[in-house]
Amino acid sequence: MRVIQGIGLVLFLLGMLVFTVLPFLSSYRLTEDLVLDQVKETHRETLAELLQPMYGQVYPSTHAFLTAYSSNFDLYNEELKSKQAWDQVIWDDYGFALAKAAGDGPARAHPWTSLALSIGLVVLGGVLFQFAGAGPAHASLTHTGVFHSSLKNRGVLGILTGTYLIGFYVILYWFPAYLSPLVWMVEPIAQFLSGGPASQWFLYGLVYTLAIGVMGIRMVLKYRDNKYQQLRTASVVFFQTAFAFLIPEVLVLLNKPYFDFKNIWPLDYDFFYDYQMDTFLSSGGLGLFMLIWGILLIVLGVPVFTYFYGKRWYCSWVCGCGGLAETVGDGFRHLSDKSLKAWQWERWMIHGVLALAVVMTSLTIVNYFSSFSLLGQVTNQLHSFYGFAIGSAFAGVVGTGFYPFMGNRVWCRFGCPLAAYLGLVQRFKSRFRITTNGGQCISCGNCSTHCEMGIDVRAYAQQGQNIVRSSCVGCGVCASVCPRGVLKLENGSEEGRIHEFPILIGNDSIKLRS
Amino acid sequence: MGSRHFVIIGNGISGITFARHLRKGDDQARITVISGESPYFFSRTALMYVYMGQMKWEHTQPYEPHFWRKNRIDLKQAWVKTITFESKTLVFDSGETLNYDILVLATGSKPAFFGWPGQDLKGVQGLYTKQDLETMEAITSQPMEHAVIVGGGLIGIELAEMLTYKKIPVTFLVRENRFWEQVLPQAEANLVQKHIIQNSIDLRLETELKEILSDAHGNARAVVTSSGEEIPCSFVGIATGVTPNVDFLKNTSLAIGNGIKVNTYFESSLPDVYAIGDCAEFDQPPGPGRRTLEQVWYTGRMQGETLAYSFCHKPVTYQPGVWFNSAKFFAIEYQTYGWVSPEKVDGERDFYWEHRDGKVSFRMAMDQEGKILGVLNLGFRLRHEFCDRAIREKWSGEKVMQELGKGVFDPEFYAPYHLEIQAAYQRQFGGVFLPSKKSFFQKLFGVSQ
Repeated sequence: MRVIQGIGLVLFLLGMLVFTVLPFLSSYRLTEDLVLDQVKETHRETLAELLQPMYGQVYPSTHAFLTAYSSNFDLYNEELKSKQAWDQVIWDDYGFALAKAAGDGPARAHPWTSLALSIGLVVLGGVLFQFAGAGPAHASLTHTGVFHSSLKNRGVLGILTGTYLIGFYVILYWFPAYLSPLVWMVEPIAQFLSGGPASQWFLYGLVYTLAIGVMGIRMVLKYRDNKYQQLRTASVVFFQTAFAFLIPEVLVLLNKPYFDFKNIWPLDYDFFYDYQMDTFLSSGGLGLFMLIWGILLIVLGVPVFTYFYGKRWYCSWVCGCGGLAETVGDGFRHLSDKSLKAWQWERWMIHGVLALAVVMTSLTIVNYFSSFSLLGQVTNQLHSFYGFAIGSAFAGVVGTGFYPFMGNRVWCRFGCPLAAYLGLVQRFKSRFRITTNGGQCISCGNCSTHCEMGIDVRAYAQQGQNIVRSSCVGCGVCASVCPRGVLKLENGSEEGRIHEFPILIGNDSIKLRS
Repeated sequence: MGSRHFVIIGNGISGITFARHLRKGDDQARITVISGESPYFFSRTALMYVYMGQMKWEHTQPYEPHFWRKNRIDLKQAWVKTITFESKTLVFDSGETLNYDILVLATGSKPAFFGWPGQDLKGVQGLYTKQDLETMEAITSQPMEHAVIVGGGLIGIELAEMLTYKKIPVTFLVRENRFWEQVLPQAEANLVQKHIIQNSIDLRLETELKEILSDAHGNARAVVTSSGEEIPCSFVGIATGVTPNVDFLKNTSLAIGNGIKVNTYFESSLPDVYAIGDCAEFDQPPGPGRRTLEQVWYTGRMQGETLAYSFCHKPVTYQPGVWFNSAKFFAIEYQTYGWVSPEKVDGERDFYWEHRDGKVSFRMAMDQEGKILGVLNLGFRLRHEFCDRAIREKWSGEKVMQELGKGVFDPEFYAPYHLEIQAAYQRQFGGVFLPSKKSFFQKLFGVSQ
């Protein structure tokens, strides 16, 4: 088994190496035809002329190509900006589209082989590693060793992993042209699913889905005695694969709007943006259904489901961010900060983001229905700020890149506006709570240590108090690590759900409020 | 009452619970907690998890440092050398002194050693204190061929699990004919023993430690057992019980038996001196079936809160309620509520069920009329409130069975063992209750019985 595990690790690392090296093995040759093909009609003439000096040249790297592109293109915009001719500035970034069209390299010539040797090896190696490392059947769930691990306890491997992830997200959001060689190798899959070309987002979606799948296997093996963990893992894998990845692509194939039916505003922060509204309103019955469905989820779905089951119905059973956190991020859960100070920061930050999302969206809607007479293009700037700071930097770079530094729920805990909304319902109007088993707590601290949301579970448990916290995503790990069987996630009567003055069972001398 | 100075020796669960509740009820009191072991209160029960890399040391501390400042509980890290009760003065190792108005002794226990030859060798130790953890980490950080554990109880099996984490082969010596004989009936002991062996532990029942042999450098190199066998090893874990940690009080005017002698108000033989927790020995058992020495986390906590109440409100005696306890043997969880005797008792009815996989069991002891006395469950969880109520209200076994579904505390979607337990009870004792049915979800997800 050790040998197979070793082979798995080697394959995984080889795949990662190929994935990392492939973007460097590409060269670029731009022609006028390609420019005319990739550029919007209104910009064609301008760009075809601007990029003239590049035609026929061979650029040996993505960087060389992009540098040449910028040197020819940027002057044009800068001149217009200095003249304050804002309406003539070309805001579109054609870097990725042109790089993808003009590039050549192994991933383009042999997409399937490249895919197999990179992502394929990572998946195969990952699966082998998980199965071989699962240990004997009697060895039940354990969290031992996490603080002796370099990867899982902020050692060198942890720092390297975090740095790699952060780098990947920075490139994905702000320098996607560098990923264009990787996008070539998923082009055939995109063509098959949606009938259209692959973007960097398609590549990302595929990698994301596979990561949740492979690490979902790890979860099921790790929690082999725990049906709750297995079911919720199966659920997040299903929702990611079907709802987030496949259905939207197939919708595109059918000439319908790209839509993720399980994404909910304000996590889905552009749901009410003008271009989305235009899409919904111009796509017939299905478009209208999407709009109504999305609104129903916000006004009915969230409160009703959260009332009955707590916010876990979304955060640890359905959500894509949650899905990644609960599978890929599971090994980092104990790195969350449990201090009182962290809780104070958390409350300000997450509710701040919620407020920001609400204000931004309200302005957007008002503006939309007043035909942009109220604020003009100001909402666009708000959108780009939110998209940059919250949508990309916080949710993506910090949200995932910080797994090995601050645990797997940094975004969900400090930033996600939907989590904030779900949390308010959970705190004030829900049947969900974590019950403490009478006086059985021994204050060992396993629950708090392994809470990914940084809740000091023990502080409640040792007083015999139910745990009712807006941030709890109901992952159920506290109940599973507890060596005395003290904690249980339950939906029950609202009466007595919050114990202001709990009583520990077992002492008849007094009835003491702890 | 004015501002009295309470000095508590020992920052374990008893002493700290007392200090916390005293502060809640008395805003004026000056409170000082003394410990030489660690500056802050930590959970002794979590030592094994630190060793196994499942927690870090700071995770064992239930309160952040600012908690003590906020609650004006002064912490002093020092060892008390002796106490001059006449002048109400503590003398520390450093020679420093401290006066008290009221002294609460909560000094806990220490591992019991029984005078084996070689018990002072390097590599021989118990597991009780932070320092024990540190020495064990230091010794086992070197590659090690073999380790021996002596004593078939809770600390013994913890030590076995810890050493297994480090992949050190373990021989486990148990004096009695089964594991944890004072508590577990034969069937449960068998179940746990199978699990111990499955975890590659070399379990030796009815085997005692005779002697520990030394190498040339004063390290343990082997043990000799009661059967005369010599087992090479470089670590010997002593887990043959604990004894009150009262040596530093033995030549004082305070009455000491096995522990510090107290009445049910926790009053010692001297005025203004109290003792709670592991170190306190009651002059009579505090309740039917209870022992005069209670060395359990839960009782320490209850004693702490009871004594604090006495100071803040009116003096009350210690009256523990229905007994309960819990533990974990590798992966198998153990809980008990009320009294289940480890041996058969004449006139009692006994119901035992075991799952066919041999990892889950349930036992209910009943009196002659079939009323519940206690339960002992392995591998699944029962609700404390439910069991406490059933025992307190003396439910019939039949009623317990009928309601058992409400008493299950396992996570959602777990196998509904109570269905099988109900069926087994009905086969053995009859009864007219309707066993529960599988729920829609249980059918849907095919949870196995």
